[in-house]
This record gives sequence, C-alpha cells and structure tokens, in this order.
Amino acid sequence: MRGVSQAKWVVAAVAVALAATACSSGGSSDSSGGSSNSAAVDPAGTFSFQSGEPQRPLQPANAMENQGGRIVKQLFMGLVDYDPATGALRNQVADKIETTDAKNYTVTLKSGWTFHDGTPVTAKSFVDSWNWSANPANNQINSDWFSDIAGYDAVHPDKGDPTAKEMTGLKVVDDTHFTIELTAPVSYFTYKLGYSAFYPLPTGFFADPKGYGEKPVGNGPYQFVSWEHNKAITLKAYDKYAGSNKAKNGGIVFRNYTSSEAAYKDLMSDTLDVLDQVDSTDLPKYKDDLGKRAIDQAQGAIQNISFAMYNADWKDPAKAKVRQGLSMAIDRDTITKTVLNNSRQPADAFVAPGVMGYKAGTCGDACKYDPAKAKQLIQEGGGVPGNKITIIYNSDGGHKEWVDAVCNSIRQATGVECLGDPKPDFKTSRDIITKKQVPSMMRTGWVQDYPLNANFLRDVYGTGAAANDAGYSSPEFDKLAHDADAATSVEKTADLYQQAEAVLAKDMPAIPLWYYKTNSGYSNNVQNVKFDSFGNPVYTDVEVKKK
Amino acid sequence: MGRFVARRLLQMIPVFLGTTALIFFMVHLLPGDPLAALWGDKAPDPVQLAALRHQQHFDEPLIQQYLDYMGGLFTGDFGKALDGRPVLDKITEALPVTVQLALLAFGFEIVLGIGIGLFAGLRRGKVFDKSALVFTLLLISIPVPVLGFLFQTIFGINLKWVKPTVQDSTDITQLVLPAIVLGSLSLAYVARLTRTSIAENIKADYVRTAVAKGLPRRRVIGTHLLRNSLIPVVTFLGTDLGALMGGAIVTEGIFNVQGVGHALYQAINMKEGATVSGFVAFLVIVYLAAGLIVDLLYAVLDPRIRYA
Repeated sequence: MRGVSQAKWVVAAVAVALAATACSSGGSSDSSGGSSNSAAVDPAGTFSFQSGEPQRPLQPANAMENQGGRIVKQLFMGLVDYDPATGALRNQVADKIETTDAKNYTVTLKSGWTFHDGTPVTAKSFVDSWNWSANPANNQINSDWFSDIAGYDAVHPDKGDPTAKEMTGLKVVDDTHFTIELTAPVSYFTYKLGYSAFYPLPTGFFADPKGYGEKPVGNGPYQFVSWEHNKAITLKAYDKYAGSNKAKNGGIVFRNYTSSEAAYKDLMSDTLDVLDQVDSTDLPKYKDDLGKRAIDQAQGAIQNISFAMYNADWKDPAKAKVRQGLSMAIDRDTITKTVLNNSRQPADAFVAPGVMGYKAGTCGDACKYDPAKAKQLIQEGGGVPGNKITIIYNSDGGHKEWVDAVCNSIRQATGVECLGDPKPDFKTSRDIITKKQVPSMMRTGWVQDYPLNANFLRDVYGTGAAANDAGYSSPEFDKLAHDADAATSVEKTADLYQQAEAVLAKDMPAIPLWYYKTNSGYSNNVQNVKFDSFGNPVYTDVEVKKK
Repeated sequence: MGRFVARRLLQMIPVFLGTTALIFFMVHLLPGDPLAALWGDKAPDPVQLAALRHQQHFDEPLIQQYLDYMGGLFTGDFGKALDGRPVLDKITEALPVTVQLALLAFGFEIVLGIGIGLFAGLRRGKVFDKSALVFTLLLISIPVPVLGFLFQTIFGINLKWVKPTVQDSTDITQLVLPAIVLGSLSLAYVARLTRTSIAENIKADYVRTAVAKGLPRRRVIGTHLLRNSLIPVVTFLGTDLGALMGGAIVTEGIFNVQGVGHALYQAINMKEGATVSGFVAFLVIVYLAAGLIVDLLYAVLDPRIRYA
C-alpha cells in the first residue's frame, strides 16, 4: 500500500511539473499589433537599445566589432555618409570632394561643424586623426584602412618601426581645405570615406587618447554622457549638430544584455524600446507577438560556403563545373524557410541587395536548385575528389542546423558524401581558415564595410585580398577589378565590378547561400523605427511617444 | 583551534598557487588567437597584430608571462584585459553583484530549506511531509531555465509585478526574483537532507534522554535535534556557496545580471587569460574560505569534534 501511495505522489508531481512547463510556452501576446497611428512625439524623449559591452575603447579606427562600432557611428560624423534607405553616398562634413583622376582628391569642408567640446571641425581634425590612426603604435584595429593613401608605408611599414608620423599624401591647405593623394587610382575612395576609421578627432584627443576612448568627444548627432561598464552607455542629442540627420529624439541608452532572450522579454513588457536582433528561440513567433512592431528586412551581409581553392583537389579548371553542380544541389528556398525560420533570404548573386552595383541573378542557374543538372555537372567535371566534402564551421554561432541541412541537400541530390566539421568556437575556425589549412570547404561570410559591390568582390575574391579565405586567384577577375578601380566614376566602377562578378559565377570559388536579414522589433513607446543595410536602426529618426 | 586555523590558512597557499597556475596555462591551451579574433571575419593586418601582441606581452615565452602575472598578482595588479581596462576593475564591478545574488539565494535556501526539512522530518509521513516531497521533487526536476522563463512570463509580462529582467544589477531588490530561481534547486536538496537527518535523529538515544529529562520541546528540537542534524546540511551548504558564486551563468543570462558568471563566460569566450585567471583566483579564495568555515562549524555543531 505504501509503495502505491508514493507512486501516486510521483505521478501527481510529474503531472504538475508538465502543466507548469506547458504554461510557459503559451506566452501571452496581448501586446501585439501596436497602434500604427502616429502619437504625439516628445522630441526630448530618450529610448533604449539592446547592446553589449564594446571590446575596444571608443575610438574611430578602433571600432570594428558591432557593439562599439554603432556607438562610435552616432558620436562621430565623417566627410560623407550613406543614405540609410538607398545606400547612396551623401555629403556631411564635406561640402564637396573633387577629383579628375581618381588619385588626387581635393576636399572642401562645410563651415559651422563643431565637436561636442565646442572646438571647430577643420581640415586638420581629419588629417591628424588619420595620421594618428594609421600608426601601428596606437593600436587601432582598423589602422590598415589608410593603405590607399600615399606615404602610408612610412607610417605603417610592413617591418620595423615607423619612419614617419604623417602620410605624405595628406596636405592641409587651410581650415576648410585639404588634399588626398593615393598611391593608385581608386574610383570609389569617396565611398570608403564614410567608414568610421575616417572620422575626425578634436585636438584634445591626441594628448589623452585613452581618456578620450573612455569619454569620447565627437562631432556626430549624439554626444557622450556616460559609460557605466557592463551596464549601459548613454548618449544625448547634440543641439549644435550641423549635419542633415539631426536627432528627432533626446538621446539613446545602449543597454547591456547578457542574452537576447532576456532582451526580448524586456521588449515584450515595454521595458526595452528597440531590439538588436530577435533570438532564435523567439524567431518563429516574434511576428505574432509584435504585430506591426516587428521588423524583417535584408541586410548588406551574405553567407557563403567557400572551397579551399589552394588544395590540389580544386586546382584543375575543369572542377569549376563540379563546384557549380554542388551549388545547384542546395535547396536554398526550403532551407531558409524551414531550418532558418525565414531569417535569411536566398542568394542569387555574390553581392547583397541594397548595395550599389547589386544585380539580381548574377549567380545565374548555378544558384537555382536543380538536382538533375547538379548530378550531370559533377559528372562532367570528373566528380568530387574522394566523393566527399567537409564544411568547417564554428559551432558557437548557431550554424550547425543549416550546415547539416545544406549537407543533407547535397547528399540527397547528388549522392556526394557531405559532412559538417564543427570547430568549438569562432577563433579556432578562423585560425584554421587564415592559415589555409582547410581540407575541403569552409563557412565564410561577409558583412559590408560600405554599400558598394566592390566591397563584396575585390575585398573577398581579389588575389591576396585580406578576406580571400578561399585563396582564389583569377587573372581575369583581377584585371576587371583593377580596371574598375581605375574608372573615373563610381557608376562605371560598379558596372565593371558586375563583369568581375560574372567571372565568379563561372569559377564558383564560393557558393553564395543567402543574405542576412534584420529580424527585430520595437516597443509601444517609440515609432518610426527603421533599419539600414548595416542592420543598425536609424537612431536619429526614432521618435519617442509622449507619455 | 588557533593552530588548526593557522595550518589550514597555510595550506591554502599551495592550493591557491596550484589552481591559478593550472588556470593560467589552461587558458593558453585554448585553441585560437584572441587578438586575431578582434578582426572578426577579416584577416588581421599583420603589422597591427604584431604591435598588439607586443603590447599584451604575448610575444614573450609563456613561463615569462606567467611569472610576470604572478609578480603582479602579489602587488595587487591583476593585469589588463584585452580592451585595456584593468582586470581588477572588472572584478570589483562584477563581484559585489554576484555576492549579493549568491547571499540572497543562500539565505533563501537556508531559511526555507531548513524550515521545510525540519517540519517535514518532525511530521514524518503526514500530509506536510508528503507535500514537501512533491514540492522538492518538482524543484529538482524543473531545469533552471524553465523556472526562470516561467517566473519572467508570469511575474514580469502577465502580472507586471516586476520587470522581467534586472535593470540595475547593483539594486538588491531587483535581484530577489533571480535569487529565488537560483536558490530553488539547492533549496530542494537542503530540505531533503534536513528532513532525512531529522527523521533519523529523532529516534536517537540523546533525543529520548532529553525528552525524558523533561526539557521543553522547543529546547529538545532546537539545541539537541536540529543542531546535530545540521552536519550533512552544512557540508552541502559549504560547497553550494562556491557553486552559487561561480555557477550562476545560466540564471545571470536569463535575468540579465551582470555578475561573475557572465563576466567569466565572456572572458573565456574571448580567451582573455588575465581576466579568467583573475576571476578564478577570487573564486578559489571563496571556495577555500567556505571550506574552512564549514570545518569550523562542525566543531560548533557537534561537541565531539575537536580541532587541535
């Protein structure tokens, strides 16, 4: 009897436990469908954004990772920036940037721009900033961004200590004019100037770079208020901001979150205003939860799997057909819809949409699912070496699911054995990839530095390019890229790069899989929240509702 | 007693040196280059990478790095993290948060756990005992994340009594909900250990003697029964305090608490040797101190245990 009664208790306990866990999955969604009618706006209202602790001091050329990068972008403004809707270049501090040969540039500044400490933004602010950032002794992660400028070799030599502190290619003419001389023509150099490494710095910075890295003084739409480590970074609108994108709100609190799940819970209760990215657990239901407050749009970022072109297996030109075949064996539509919960958009080119020079379908049939053709192409190309491929990826980035799905797709369509090869973390996989020790294939990705197709092509597939993980080298591609760089207009450059992209579709050193999307949302306290192609909200346009 | 404490304190020195050395070298064995990872998906600029490596002393032999690190440690310098901030700053930010959280959880599990265990043990086989059994079984079988999300959804989103996550980690009132979740599993263990111990000892000779002497029930239970029954519970609590300090990563993640667990997790992810070693050094001290206190408490609880 005793045994029976105890067993009953256990059953009861299990039932209660199950009921309790079931409750949690049916979360309420009564806050969905937030009103779309514009409410009264409080121009001094502040809003919060989900963020993380920056890994480097807040200095312009040190902001490579996203957490610090997007804050630096609000604190500073460069000569030019990109229109958040179209990716087109627009002048900010620059009044005009003139060139006749794409090699020598004359920059004219607008007057009236000031740093947050009241000092004016002059030609010297830019030249000093760039010279300081290019010097390796100052430990700026993006110090090699100035490599186009003449005299960079002396400031940032490949070996030994710098022999100069100033690049000879930069000359201050007067307060509002300076000239830039490049080592070779780069027609889209003005596009590069929108990147954060090219921001100006106030004179006070150079006396105390470390202190200014903790309490930055910039010339952007927001000024620095406080940095409470591991908690929040607070910015407020700069009332003397001279740019075209003046803040429509009073300020931003970049609030640290230990996990995206926690941030999502806060968004649901209107404690957090703008989300960075919806976590994978809440991805399937976030549109139901948030209704009109959900955001779903493409980013300037692409996910590829690349071939180790430096291996004997892939060197034979005939193998291009095999690579195309493998690409055609991947059912991108189904994988993005099911495994990835619609958080990605199938790729049809090597360049992401929303980028200048993107042309739909440059990848051609090779990016369309066709198992029969895939099998045929692989046979024609002499088959996959060893009839087996492996894909190296980092298992800490949530890639396992789709790598397995891609492999399944290849296996089913072509009979080629395909296996994921997970490495414990990002660092480990990067080590293997940069040392060119990948046996077969690897996961690669690219997030735009600036929204121009050259950034997706030359910087990833040019011979010897820093991010050329595949080790791809094609004289044909390099020549087209070189011609494109020497073109006199950005439009011409973009056109020539489209031709270079066609070479990629033929050689297939990497298989474009899909584009990243911004899956995010915002609270009932704010409105007019839009995201740019970098996946960041257009902070200055966010409107805070009156309470 | 004094000699015992002195001996134990001296024993801590080799343990401390050994664990910090182990951690220091283990972190360096982790695959991958933390500095190259600063460039993300891009290949690092070799010149800048070399400059950073030199600045972080990564270009020196490992043993030299270790000696420098230990030398700094004894002068109170915990070294610098990769972002250039002193590790000591990071520790002093995260540690008070975690200490508060751990002590709250600890207090919660002691008061409620021993309370439930005591009453259940005294009323063995009655309704309260059975309900306590079910309740603790429930706590043990529900994983911490589920309990955390459940509490967040009920109290944070549906009832709106509290914010779903911690907005200010230094505000102790906001840490109550995470502390309850964090302490709930140990609460179940404490309750069960106490109950079993009480249920056994209630039949012991010394309890019967105490009752026969005509002592009031309050004294029999308080001084004789409970005190002697607490020895296994104290052993558990001693190790549990250390676990609460270092092992709260999951709870800290769910409730957005910026404590030691989260800081340690991030540092390990970024392979920040100095930060990991610094935090672990502190945790080692906490463990050692908790162990010593437990040993001393044995003597207080059980008069038969004497330290010379």
